[in-house]
Amino acid sequence: MTDEPLLRVSALSKFYGSRVGCENVTFDLWPGEVLAVVGESGSGKTTLLNCLSTRLLPSSGTASYRMRDGQFRELYRMSEAERRFLMRTDWGFVHQNPADGLRMTVSAGANVGERLMAVGDRHYGKIRATAVDWLSRVEIDEDRIDDEPRAFSGGMRQRLQIARNLVTGPRLVFMDEPTGGLDVSVQARLLDLLRGLVTDLGLAAIVVTHDLAVARLLSQRMMVMKDGRVVESGLTDRVLDDPRAPYTQLLVSSILQV
Amino acid sequence: MTAQATDIATYNFAYLDEQTKRMIRRAILKGIAIPGYQVPFASREMPMPYGWGTGGVQVTASIIGPDDVLKVIDQGADDTTNAVSIRAFFKKVANVAVTTETAKATIIQTRHRIPEYPLTTGQVLVYQVPIPEPLRFLEPRETETRKMHALEEYGLMHVKLYEDIARHGRIATTYAYPVKVEGRYVMDPSPTPKFDNPKMHRSPALQLFGAGREKRIYALPPFTDVVSLDFEDHPFEVQTFDQPCALCAAENVYLDEVILDDHGGHMFVCSDTDHCEKRRAEGHRGHLAPETMEPAQ
Repeated sequence: MTDEPLLRVSALSKFYGSRVGCENVTFDLWPGEVLAVVGESGSGKTTLLNCLSTRLLPSSGTASYRMRDGQFRELYRMSEAERRFLMRTDWGFVHQNPADGLRMTVSAGANVGERLMAVGDRHYGKIRATAVDWLSRVEIDEDRIDDEPRAFSGGMRQRLQIARNLVTGPRLVFMDEPTGGLDVSVQARLLDLLRGLVTDLGLAAIVVTHDLAVARLLSQRMMVMKDGRVVESGLTDRVLDDPRAPYTQLLVSSILQV
Repeated sequence: MTAQATDIATYNFAYLDEQTKRMIRRAILKGIAIPGYQVPFASREMPMPYGWGTGGVQVTASIIGPDDVLKVIDQGADDTTNAVSIRAFFKKVANVAVTTETAKATIIQTRHRIPEYPLTTGQVLVYQVPIPEPLRFLEPRETETRKMHALEEYGLMHVKLYEDIARHGRIATTYAYPVKVEGRYVMDPSPTPKFDNPKMHRSPALQLFGAGREKRIYALPPFTDVVSLDFEDHPFEVQTFDQPCALCAAENVYLDEVILDDHGGHMFVCSDTDHCEKRRAEGHRGHLAPETMEPAQ
């Protein structure tokens, strides 16, 4: 592992007209690190994630990514073709709603295989073998490979979406509320799976969530956002056990104790 | 002029006005310059409904001259409604010579077949195209599919072929089989049977595609590389038929199934009627051919 970060973000801001999406966000992300972005609805988490994943262009600021050849490239100066290539090879994006990240009308196997075919894989047998392997890694039975995701439960769809994203061996995965809308037992299994995959593959990830428990389980570091600004950041355990900013204290004390 | 004297509406040569023809020719030239690329054009209302070949008719009308000889086929046949009416249309509005013989035609407008008789330099094949976008049913957003063409993102096309193999054990797409043109654009060859795909590859004839409702024109200049998409372990292959044509005994041609009665009787005959008639005139007989040739209609 090198001593250089994977992603450098500096003074990133996004305005929607006069409204603030996110403002002046600066951080570095290191290889293999999971960063959680927490905050209430409307705090700019998703705007930040969309800017970082180049789905949105920021109003100002820079983000540079260390490519596989070790060179830093400025994300917002890349051509669209390069950005889209990065999106489907070196990056992953896990949507909150699996229907946004999956092709609902093609089989699970084709969903997993699409990225492989997009980078030029033209051997059906190999594509299918890889799909079978990935389905088993996300705990989907092999005999569901030809079923459409429409026939899957919410948890299975989310796991399929994760497999589809990880099949090309990305180095950075963006996740937008990956456990949103799932019941708690399914959430727990998904988190367990994600944690295992992230450690096994040495993935770096940026996870947006409003669920502090998800942040605690998955991430090493977290940023707390409010009104588009980062109010506190640090090691996850430190932030959650010893919150310093008043807003973080409020957030931590608002967790329901069962 | 006599037309005014008889008080009948007059048409410009080949129905379309000259400005429209120029506009369409420009689109055709652009299409030829970028093989396989769908060029938008301002499709006109034609005196026939969409889906009956308005795109092909506009392309033909823009390139036809008084010396041209026109052949029109519909699913390979010269004598079906669509073919007969389009042929009559151009006979009336352009007063051109028409033929059913592939070799004699300079322009062949076709709906979903390529003639069996090999095309030669100087001939133009005009296809009627219902849906020019090969990615349409995989990605419904036209903004997105155009971007995919621009960035050469064609992984999705193979997703469709993957689905075929996963469901049917082989690539089950038999018509509108996607092709890659000159190693760049993925193109819908219009709903021709995939049997005809190899004929497109390096054809000496100019091939023009017109989609009237969808307002797109694309083209294959002569001798263009046209490769059908496939997988390494499931290579592209064309349909084969167990038996020869029942009328002319031709093999390695595309056959239509014709129902003979309501007791399950059927026969397979050439879909290319001109080819079939030629062979019968040369004395070839299939097992269901009548003893004597019926007089040509």
